[in-house]
Amino acid sequence: MLELLWLIPALPFAGFLVLALCGRRLSRVSVAAVGTASVGMSAVAAAVVTASLVAAPPAGNAWTQVLWQWVGAAGFGPRIALYLDPLAAVMSLVVSVVGFLILLYSVQFMAGDEGYSRFFCYMDLFVGSMLTLVMAGDLLLLYLGWEGVGLCSYLLIGFWYVDPANGRAARKAFIVTRIGDAAMAAGLLLLFTNLGSSDIQALMQRASQQWGGGSGLAVAAAALLLGGALGKSAQLPLQTWLPDAMAGPTPVSALIHAATMVTAGVYLLARTHVLFALAPPVQTAVAVIGAVTLLYAGFAALAQSDIKRVLAYSTISQIGYMFLALGVGAWSAAIFHLMTHAFFKSLLFLGAGVVILGLNREHNMFRMGGLRKELPGTFLAFVIAAASLSALPLVTAGFYSKDAILSSAWASQAGGRWLCAAGLVGALLTSLYSFRMVFLTFFGELRQRPRLRPGLCIIIPLAALSVLSIVGGFAQTPRALGNVRAFSSFLNGVLPSALPAHEATGTEAALGVLAGGASILGLVFAYYLFLHRPQCVEGWTATAAGAWLRRLWLAGWGFDWAYDRLFVRPFLCVARVNRADFIDSFSRAVVRANVAAHTALRRTQTGRVRWYAMAIVMGAVVGIWILVR
Amino acid sequence: MATVPVEHALMLAGILFALGVLGVMVRRNVVFTLMCIEIMLNASGLAFVVAGWRWGQADGQVMFFFILTMAASEVSVGLALVLQLYRHFRTLDVDAADKMRG
Amino acid sequence: MNTVFYMSAIIAVASTAMVIMERKAVHALLYLIVSLLAVAVIFFVLGAPFMAALEVLIYAGAIMVLFVFVMMLLNLGGAAAGQERQWLHARAWSGPGILAAVLLAEVVYVLTCAGWPKPTGGVVEPRQVGAALFGPYVLGVELASLVLLAALLGAYHLGRRAAHEPGGP
Repeated sequence: MLELLWLIPALPFAGFLVLALCGRRLSRVSVAAVGTASVGMSAVAAAVVTASLVAAPPAGNAWTQVLWQWVGAAGFGPRIALYLDPLAAVMSLVVSVVGFLILLYSVQFMAGDEGYSRFFCYMDLFVGSMLTLVMAGDLLLLYLGWEGVGLCSYLLIGFWYVDPANGRAARKAFIVTRIGDAAMAAGLLLLFTNLGSSDIQALMQRASQQWGGGSGLAVAAAALLLGGALGKSAQLPLQTWLPDAMAGPTPVSALIHAATMVTAGVYLLARTHVLFALAPPVQTAVAVIGAVTLLYAGFAALAQSDIKRVLAYSTISQIGYMFLALGVGAWSAAIFHLMTHAFFKSLLFLGAGVVILGLNREHNMFRMGGLRKELPGTFLAFVIAAASLSALPLVTAGFYSKDAILSSAWASQAGGRWLCAAGLVGALLTSLYSFRMVFLTFFGELRQRPRLRPGLCIIIPLAALSVLSIVGGFAQTPRALGNVRAFSSFLNGVLPSALPAHEATGTEAALGVLAGGASILGLVFAYYLFLHRPQCVEGWTATAAGAWLRRLWLAGWGFDWAYDRLFVRPFLCVARVNRADFIDSFSRAVVRANVAAHTALRRTQTGRVRWYAMAIVMGAVVGIWILVR
Repeated sequence: MATVPVEHALMLAGILFALGVLGVMVRRNVVFTLMCIEIMLNASGLAFVVAGWRWGQADGQVMFFFILTMAASEVSVGLALVLQLYRHFRTLDVDAADKMRG
Repeated sequence: MNTVFYMSAIIAVASTAMVIMERKAVHALLYLIVSLLAVAVIFFVLGAPFMAALEVLIYAGAIMVLFVFVMMLLNLGGAAAGQERQWLHARAWSGPGILAAVLLAEVVYVLTCAGWPKPTGGVVEPRQVGAALFGPYVLGVELASLVLLAALLGAYHLGRRAAHEPGGP
């Protein structure tokens, strides 16, 4: 099965090439077929490889396929090497399966768009880059995939490029993530120059041997890699790009900004967890950032009126949970939540997309309403996904993954109680805003009738993801509910749990009850506040304090305003001052000197014969003088 | 035959040449310019003949012969051009033909 | 013989100076002829009788006559002299005068520094010149004939009146 490894990223790249070169000339059906089939076959390959990994694990529980030597300089020899261990297998399955379902959905969703082949082309490139990222055995190859997904994010956010606002959103996303990418590149260089290799497994081994716990270099490298992860995963302080990235088409938001690209940061931290274990301050920072971000985004989501922005802030919040898990050392819990989040968040986006498209690109939830009779299938899928997001107890995948995170947070040494409390408050908020979304969109009076009949291409992905949003959680259940340890044992060799394996069953069960209670409480509050008696909320927002809070949360706690004042305006001011470009004036001075000399010389071209004769005589005089000297 | 010092004869050639150069630089009438060119050619021919006399060989005179031939052809073409110039500009001012300026 | 040389030299220089300062074209031509004749005498004195004859025949006889014919064709009249008076003011002579003087000074300096041996003297017979022309310099003679042919054709073509011209030179 080793031979199939390269197919997993290569097939989407092949689809990208075909569509890039002759996408315009192919028919819509062919474009859709090439676009979806390439990712679909990649998913099949990933499944086959994973199955054989489970059935007959190789030595070291990982396959390495070296494709070729990338750079062959002295002492620096990164290779194009694919590495598949259980972590990479899980990630590649998530990326390819969810990607395939979303591309299938796009066949009908983007059907009226004239950039149809361009869309599938970019999406294939994205899936290929993401698979390269998760299967990279070499840190430089990972960075290549990292940059590739950043590029595709830019291309796809600004997909409808005719509207300059979309271009601005794409640029904002690119620039903010670039800040993180720069930190990551610095971290890569630090790792490479100090440890002498760019192969990930070799790096981790050498780091644990050469760097003691808490050493300065380990802290620096870990902090820099964390910077990269913060940018890509839209955590504080680099989270401002994600809400604006909703300017792209809904499948893009589903795939890139919910399921895959934003989870690349989580994957990076999990992949280099050895390094983070050697830098406890950084790991604590990861947990704190995760906790603060999940609360930040939860409040912000509560005040949004654009349905996609609610989902964007929700994504930021859920990734905060994953960072929280990583920060307390629960690596496999983080990946578990990553997987279930991919299922229910992309389902939420796809459902929202059906509503948006049906209401002719209407995003404002307050102009929607009463759609549950008009779009019953979508309503069912949306409710399942919202329930999973809220972690409604026992039946949803979200419950089990969030529960795993919360119990690991409780058991952690450094401030675990506070982290767990933050997580519980966050669970309440999550339930509140997600059911607010459901009630505003699907309940109440029907304001606009949707004119969309979802075809097979939409129904199949919605159905598949709904099933996964329910069933996906049963891979890892707490002790009190069946004690299924399939997921963590699968990842055990790669992501060992740093926490004591046997904590009191009672504590775990209590936490589970608390978490379930919080989500049900949120559901009840949402029903009361947004369906039963919406006047309460209106009354609160009418007061001065309420209105100010609402404005603050709507603007994402004012981060955009702050960054504008702190960074953008001074930069623009300096640019305006240097309008004439001081550096450029040196090269302009050369030009000016040239022109001046030319103008001066031009005056000797009088066109008169006598003048030229005089010039000849002068030349003769000088010449003879030189000869005679 | 004369036994004049060679420097004196050559200085005569130099003076005549300088006068011709002066005339080319000063005169605006194109016919005068051509005449001064003839003066210059004549002066250089004189220099050659003096050189031939100094060495007692025919080579100097042969050079003057060629200079003479060349002067004749140059004058004929030059005067034809003067006629064309006059027809075009209606004046013999050599400064009138300064379209190549700048 | 030396006095003949010096007197002809003075005449040549004086008439050349008159050429470049004269306002009327025909008068200048006549002065130029005088200068050429003086130079012919110098040639004779320096033992180049053939060249002296050629100077008179061709330079003064043919080339200057060509000039005279062209002046006749142009038929300028008195307006030309008036124009010349306008053009030749003292300031126009200053710059070129200085340059020409510097050039002359350099030439004189070059001539006086090196020591020159006495000339061999004696006449170089036309026979010797002829032998040299048709001996080592025969290629030059052929080329000279080509130059003359080219000049002939050029002068014929350039001197033609254009078809649309109404007449007059």
